[in-house]
Amino acid sequence: MATLHTVNKSPFATGALLSCIAHAKDGDTVLMIEDGVYGASSGTNVSDALTARAGSVTLCVLGPDFAARGLATDRMLDGIKSVDYAGFVELAASNDRTQAWL
Amino acid sequence: MGWLAQDDERFFPYPFLRGSNVKFGIVVSEGPYTHQASDTAYNFAKSALEAGHEVPRVFFYHDGVNVGTRLSIPPQDERNIQQQWSALGSEHGIDLVICIAAAQRRGLLDEKEASRQGKDANNIAEGFRISGLGQLIEMGIQTDRLMTFGD
Repeated sequence: MATLHTVNKSPFATGALLSCIAHAKDGDTVLMIEDGVYGASSGTNVSDALTARAGSVTLCVLGPDFAARGLATDRMLDGIKSVDYAGFVELAASNDRTQAWL
Repeated sequence: MGWLAQDDERFFPYPFLRGSNVKFGIVVSEGPYTHQASDTAYNFAKSALEAGHEVPRVFFYHDGVNVGTRLSIPPQDERNIQQQWSALGSEHGIDLVICIAAAQRRGLLDEKEASRQGKDANNIAEGFRISGLGQLIEMGIQTDRLMTFGD
């Protein structure tokens, strides 16, 4: 029973992303959307926490939201998969349930 | 994946994908133009339908009910969130439901509610209807996945 977690808050504004990756079970997927995409940048104070879970939790970012905020693809944290809206739908369909970290 | 035995769980562990599609229920709980939630929900619904999935209902809750007014006039070169939803709804037969308690607090009325409350106008956009939380519960039961978009 795998869960798709969506996080839409910047990790520099709330603790939602850190809480989410701490609660996610092995095999779950965490998708950063909207302002959550700031978490996918490398060299931030949450990078290490994300990298530590990258092996057991699938980390994804909504590409259009990442680009809309002017974030450079070459500065994306290693181990994060970029998906478009079709990929978002696919993740929601292939996981057993979804949890929005609002 | 045609060569896989789709009724054999060892090879195809996703029973809901076997020759069928996924039913998505969508909740929008944040207002248009103040937050990205209603845009993200719209793009998700559009992509889900394009992929052959179903979106039988979208439930607009809290400030999300403001999507359903037909009196909003965004600048002409900007997206019109209400019209986007009305168009997607009529094209795919989506039930666009506005929560009645959230709507009444925020001044969203259909013809029936306006006359019942003694108000002189109504403002619900085409394709939207006002109903209650029962429709949210029903959507949770009758769909395969519930997607929540808010703040």
